[in-house]
Amino acid sequence: MEALFFNANTGFLEGIVRGYKAGILTQSQYANLAQCETLEDFRTQLSATDYGNFLANEPLPISTSTIADKATELLVEQFKYLRTNAVEPLRKFLDYITYGYMIDNVVLLITGTLHERDTHELVKRCHPLGVFDSMPVLCVATNVDELYQSVLIETPIAPYFRECLTASDLDDLNIEIIRNTLYKAYLEDFYNFCTTLGSPTSDVMHRILSFEADRRTINITINSFGTELSKETRAKLFPTIGRLFPEGNNQLARADDIEQVRQVCENVSEYRSFFSEGPSVSNPNGDEFGALAAQLEDRFFSTEVDLNKQAFLQQFQYGVFYSYMKLKEQEIRNLTWIAECIAQDAKDRIQDYIPIF
Amino acid sequence: SGEAFNVGRFLEETSPYAWAGTGIGLCIGLSVLGAGWGILVTGSSILGGGVRSPRITTKNLISIIFCEVVAIYGVIIGIVYSAKLQHVPENLLYTPHNYYTGYAIFWGGITVGICNLLCGIAVGITGSTAAIADAADPNLFVKILIVEVFGSIMGLFGLIVGLLMVGAAGDFTAAASVSPHVL
Repeated sequence: MEALFFNANTGFLEGIVRGYKAGILTQSQYANLAQCETLEDFRTQLSATDYGNFLANEPLPISTSTIADKATELLVEQFKYLRTNAVEPLRKFLDYITYGYMIDNVVLLITGTLHERDTHELVKRCHPLGVFDSMPVLCVATNVDELYQSVLIETPIAPYFRECLTASDLDDLNIEIIRNTLYKAYLEDFYNFCTTLGSPTSDVMHRILSFEADRRTINITINSFGTELSKETRAKLFPTIGRLFPEGNNQLARADDIEQVRQVCENVSEYRSFFSEGPSVSNPNGDEFGALAAQLEDRFFSTEVDLNKQAFLQQFQYGVFYSYMKLKEQEIRNLTWIAECIAQDAKDRIQDYIPIF
Repeated sequence: SGEAFNVGRFLEETSPYAWAGTGIGLCIGLSVLGAGWGILVTGSSILGGGVRSPRITTKNLISIIFCEVVAIYGVIIGIVYSAKLQHVPENLLYTPHNYYTGYAIFWGGITVGICNLLCGIAVGITGSTAAIADAADPNLFVKILIVEVFGSIMGLFGLIVGLLMVGAAGDFTAAASVSPHVL
């Protein structure tokens, strides 16, 4: 039934976003880029794609961070076009996409202030999609309560801070806990919002967000081995959506090493392959744990790309907007990786990007 | 005390013109609703997809034409039915023959109207998918067009049945003489 009414408000934007998706680089274009010798060649190759002349005005030599910044600027332009032309409820959906970036920006500013960096530098490094007014004011606060009362209460992410107000002082461990608590609240809120949108948006988004939740759960577990993070605190950071909820989450909260994590993931058939022995990543210092973690990250990224590609197989739902943003971000990560390999002349690892189409 | 609704009296006393007029109105109204709905669903996707792939805009007008055809069916039936509406004085109107014509046009109109409504919507949704698929891969367009053709045949079925239903119904004609039952 959604096909009857969807196009009245969102048909044009869906056509636009699918057009954007057609411009995502394919394997053959990546192959061409990987063969470039210098970053100037790289720029010339990119001008034949949808990126066009986005680096045309950059003075030589181009740096990889400029490439990433300009590519992100393009993505931000596209997102802003979509958002200005959207009506409810698509507008709210697109706003939810920006909340993730807002959380990252808030944590970036707090961390930067702790380490006494310059406010203007920090504000420049914030992600453009997550900006809100009164961002520089964040830099003068010293504890979370003050932060909340003065600044954050007016932002859309204010409800997510309810869980964090107990953290009394800010230090590096607490910042990570704050970040993960905020992100957990954001994921659950987004999940509930997608439920209200009904099928098929909710079908597509639930699948994607569940995987995101499980991925964060596994990452938090693995990263907390050997740190001072207590098991109770760890358990409170796990999102309650996701296929590992509730038994998987309980077991992971009590896990002490990677073997137990692997056993928990055996219960979900899609996650079994994450921990299997694959082609080992060449790691010079022989650090097995590091190699496994890197391999796991890669597998998470490729599963995420798969789920996002599947979102495009269905019409008349909002998942395509979210998936396009995620796929484009992956593409920007890929471009940065390839550019770095070219710049540092490390051609042996240049194929380690995650192909999308 | 209350009133009872006398169905027989209602059917006998309602003018056949009322039935016929309602039928024709529903026929053209629902047909245009279906055609318009289909065009809105298809048109927005064609416009959206045409921003990056302008080549699809001309080919995909076929989907719009299929939707429009549905409205034309409604107009044809409307014209055929309204040809049967002739003026007859009130006291000579209520003959079994005229009742039959009135009912036939009413139900024929509903048949054609609903058929065209659903056909228009079906062609519209398929047309939207065709536009988006064509923008992604040009080879897909002709294949999806076949699906649309089958969808638009449904409107044709409605047209045929509508014509058959009033095949035996003549124009409104006056009775030979004033009936003793007429008030």
